[in-house]
Amino acid sequence: MRYSAFSIVKNALSGNLKWKPQWRQAEPKSHYDVIIVGGGGHGLATAYYLTKEFGVKNVAVLEKGYLGSGNVGRNTTIVRSNYMLPGNEPFYEFSMKLWEGLERELNYNVMLSQRGVIMLYHSDGQRDAYIRRGNAMWMEGVAAELIERDQLKKMIPFLNYDHARYPILGGLLQRRAGTARHDAVAWGYARGADRHGVDIIEHCEVTAIRRENGVVTGVETTKGFIGCNKLALAAAGNTSRVGEMADLKLPIESHVLQAFVTEGLKPCIDHVIVYGGGHFYISQSDKGGLVFGAEIDGYTSYAQRGNLATAEHVMEEGVTMIPGLSRVRVLRSWAGVMDMSMDGSPIIDRTPIDNLYLNCGWCYGGFKATPASGYCFAHLIAKNDTHPVARALRLDRFARGYAVDEAGAGPQPNLH
Amino acid sequence: MASLITCPHCGVRPKEEFTIRGDASLIRPAPTASDEAWHDYVYVRANPRGRTLEHWQHVAGCRRFLVIERDTFTHEVHSVTDGAAFARENGR
Repeated sequence: MRYSAFSIVKNALSGNLKWKPQWRQAEPKSHYDVIIVGGGGHGLATAYYLTKEFGVKNVAVLEKGYLGSGNVGRNTTIVRSNYMLPGNEPFYEFSMKLWEGLERELNYNVMLSQRGVIMLYHSDGQRDAYIRRGNAMWMEGVAAELIERDQLKKMIPFLNYDHARYPILGGLLQRRAGTARHDAVAWGYARGADRHGVDIIEHCEVTAIRRENGVVTGVETTKGFIGCNKLALAAAGNTSRVGEMADLKLPIESHVLQAFVTEGLKPCIDHVIVYGGGHFYISQSDKGGLVFGAEIDGYTSYAQRGNLATAEHVMEEGVTMIPGLSRVRVLRSWAGVMDMSMDGSPIIDRTPIDNLYLNCGWCYGGFKATPASGYCFAHLIAKNDTHPVARALRLDRFARGYAVDEAGAGPQPNLH
Repeated sequence: MASLITCPHCGVRPKEEFTIRGDASLIRPAPTASDEAWHDYVYVRANPRGRTLEHWQHVAGCRRFLVIERDTFTHEVHSVTDGAAFARENGR
């Protein structure tokens, strides 16, 4: 069913009892052309673009839990393309452009809100670094603005401008960036993929990858063996464990990142604000809750929960930036398990096994990349060729000496 | 994880006194080792879901490097050994 004003009125008149499920509860067939492991945002987007853009039929998505139970439902919903490095910026800008057309594309309200992302700076050196980043964005055709302190005070009056250690001197603003409703992104892609015939199989965990003569022939799952011509891994957070089933050696550590939401408030924060003094980011959801997070907990983890001491640290950073935050109650916290790659950038590539494809290493940044990740991964799977904007994100870049290290932290995943 | 770590030199301390360096199961290859051996050492990680060995440094205490055996799923700390003692015991 296509959603429209007419369909809303029609369903309202029939008591909202006749809405159809957004995707079928599919049972696995014995064989698929492409199986995608992982029904998160990236896996679903991949399935959608595979069938819609690249004409691949007979595709399945296997999800061990339910849709939206992984990182796509465990993030702070920020979308932006304010990266610096040439290998990254075109990719994230491609993603930003897909975001801008996503609601029309999917006929689904993903609640994209281009409220602007502003990254604060606190020293002359940091200002120079942000000017450089802004210039790098302009060189890729992406608008960026440097906001001076006086102007910023008018825009965002409630920040702590005169902090002794981290006074706020200004910020770098990307106006087109903002937030999107994370669950709706998963549901929208799932509905779109389903409409193009993709079988979305929930509660189906992959337990082994079967290989014959050096190629993957299928996967053992909790719902039995399922054969495939091509297998695509999009199991962020658990990539090492799934990869191990095919003896892949990966440059990945799994880390846990916490996020928080407060009680609902009247509209007060108009932008996404990123604190350069630490790594704190905050926005207000359409429901009124303040959504925020900071850095990862720092040690490798597969648990979808974090450490209370890190929660305290996040609150400290938040209150340092916005003193008024100390009077707001936190309602919920949650944590996602993420692949931290060795240079902080993702990996979309073939593997040494010919029909096995890999999409992993999203670090903090998986949500904003969802559309481009799906598009580029689908391109790779369908054509066996890397999409032009994902060329820098190959698996062998470490061995070749072409790491895409946005933070300049070296092979130290917990510092990215 | 347990938010307390028992340093063999300083006793029970909050984990905020420590910084983590990463995987302690890796063994540095010889300078003349192959590019592949060095690539694996610098970039490739086993990343187990379960028990793992890690280097932590007690920066706000004795400043010694420690080897901590920790479960990456339950966050439980199983053992804490001084880094130098660990190296001797394991013939490194």
